[in-house]
Amino acid sequence: MGWIVLGLFPLMLKAQEDKETYQEFSLEVEGSNRYFFKDAMYPGQEQNYLSFRVQPEYLLEWADGVHSLKFVGFARLDQHDSRRTHLDIRELYWQTYNDDLDFSIGFKKVFWGKTESAHLVDIINQTDAVESFDGEAKLGEFMAHLSILNNLGTVELFVMPYFRKRVFPGRKGRLRPGDASDIVIDSRDFDFESDAGRWRPSFAARLSNYIGPLDFGLSYFNGTGREPIITDFTTFTSIYGVIHQFGLDMQLTTGPLLLKLESIYRANPFQDVFALVGGFEYTFGNVGGSGLDIGVLGEFLYDDRDELSLNGLQSDVFAGVRLGFNDVQDTQFLMGAIYDVNRTTELYFVEFSRRVGSNWKAVLESRFFQNVDPLEFTYFIRDDNFLQASVTRYF
Amino acid sequence: MKTKLSIIALIVLFVAGPSYGQSPEEKGIEIAQKAIKADEGFESSEVDLRMVLRNRQGQESERFMTNMTYELTTDGDKSLIVFNSPRDVQGTATLTFTHKEGSDDQWLYLPSIKRVKRISSSNKSGPFMGSEFAYEDLSSDEVEKYTYKFLKEDNFNGENVLLVEQFPVDPKSGYQKRIAYYNPDKNYRFEKMEFFDRKGAMLKTLTYHDYETYLDKHQRAGRFYMVNHQTGKETELFFEGYKFKTGLEEDDFNQTTLQRIGR
Repeated sequence: MGWIVLGLFPLMLKAQEDKETYQEFSLEVEGSNRYFFKDAMYPGQEQNYLSFRVQPEYLLEWADGVHSLKFVGFARLDQHDSRRTHLDIRELYWQTYNDDLDFSIGFKKVFWGKTESAHLVDIINQTDAVESFDGEAKLGEFMAHLSILNNLGTVELFVMPYFRKRVFPGRKGRLRPGDASDIVIDSRDFDFESDAGRWRPSFAARLSNYIGPLDFGLSYFNGTGREPIITDFTTFTSIYGVIHQFGLDMQLTTGPLLLKLESIYRANPFQDVFALVGGFEYTFGNVGGSGLDIGVLGEFLYDDRDELSLNGLQSDVFAGVRLGFNDVQDTQFLMGAIYDVNRTTELYFVEFSRRVGSNWKAVLESRFFQNVDPLEFTYFIRDDNFLQASVTRYF
Repeated sequence: MKTKLSIIALIVLFVAGPSYGQSPEEKGIEIAQKAIKADEGFESSEVDLRMVLRNRQGQESERFMTNMTYELTTDGDKSLIVFNSPRDVQGTATLTFTHKEGSDDQWLYLPSIKRVKRISSSNKSGPFMGSEFAYEDLSSDEVEKYTYKFLKEDNFNGENVLLVEQFPVDPKSGYQKRIAYYNPDKNYRFEKMEFFDRKGAMLKTLTYHDYETYLDKHQRAGRFYMVNHQTGKETELFFEGYKFKTGLEEDDFNQTTLQRIGR
């Protein structure tokens, strides 16, 4: 991959001389405290965790923005968990475009999908499992990314030469599996199915477009799967398998009602997966002229893996309420629950966020696990109910 | 001289007078059509916006954004808006295809999670970014969106104005009606707009200030001043650095561009 960057470099410099440049530097600093209501389940764990996040960002544009360089760094410092203390390059890429093409190379983040309770189709980036519990945080992925606009829609092609393992919380961290004999899940111990290991390249393609009220995406991925396949649950022995994944994501937007669907088929010698999530979001806008938007969400999740997997959603129902106050402080509130249809497991979450002044933001987040069935992966973290308060300052 | 003037006045009365042959509805729609026609041909534009929100106590907060518009005459305009401040929403961007009839198509880009979401545009009466502007106040003006009724000719700040009642076609609008003050001597630009809520009570007043003429005919206000009479809150919108015929093409208004400009 290196030669491509080197080959383009003189081109970049030449363009830079021609036109004016624009640059911007910014910084986010976050302090956060996570308090677990119940005592630790495994040795080494604590009840209260302070942590800090620093995220510097830099943007350089030249040739009227036709060329740009973006950098987003990331550092998390955790009071107790040495694995959650981590550094990452979230983004560091060069991008250029002309009428119908967008090309970029470097570390990037790409999101695919439509649904809220699970992101099945989204596969380009490895999940940053220590940063956030819900899988929304992602590690930067090195890629060459070409986006072509034609009469089929937007066709995107990806080549990712290098694989990044998922990082799990360390011995002193919570929200991790374990047992009384003090075993800890550690991605460094996992094997690769491919002999090329982490240098087995991944390839992906996606077609996306919309027809009237229908937005859709069709995707294909071939490479080392981002989700490790757990082969032995007593030791958490796992393997990163080479997969083929076909994905479909759709949304129908009809007035205040949105209908959403995502489905994947993932093929691998160790494990084939068919999974689906579908549902709706209905928004009562500007209720009583107060500016308040109330969104009601319902989704059904299905995953045909009977055995335990990191994705604890086999046959579940998600119900949620989203409140957007549309006020000056952009106050938002989200609460939801996931119920297992076949088992007893219940998950609850609440998120509240509000801007303070113009450069601060406060977020409260809480999660609860109830009646967790011993056959679910969530059983390992059944006592990790927590309340997290965080404050972010933007510079 | 005096007789000449009164003859002109008489002619004006016959030609433009509401009672002569033309119903107030016909005259209303004619004025609206003239206003739209008068602004045709700007092709594309780009402008920086500064929005100042003021509560009843006078406390202020600011937002900055950039708006790009592509003009379409066969259907509603296409537009891209990027938010530059407050910092926590920096890079958030919207892509809107307005339609003369029916709901607009709208996509929202959230830069922190790199997600493009198609959003419902049916909630047009809601406040835009916590301001006193509703989404529908900022949507592109299309004749088809209202039914009209000419009220009267009047004088406003020394300018001759035509007052036209506008009744939204869309039942989801937050208004029973608006009263638009058109300036027929200045290419039918708006001087003022009064908004009445669903119960018919006076809700807001928008006045247009610091007009400038671009490309010889396009009238653009440098400042919008909106007052909400029911809450006492105000919002001012400042438009800076207008650029026209920017070279943007219709094809540039797509989701790839939305992600690129949002970052």
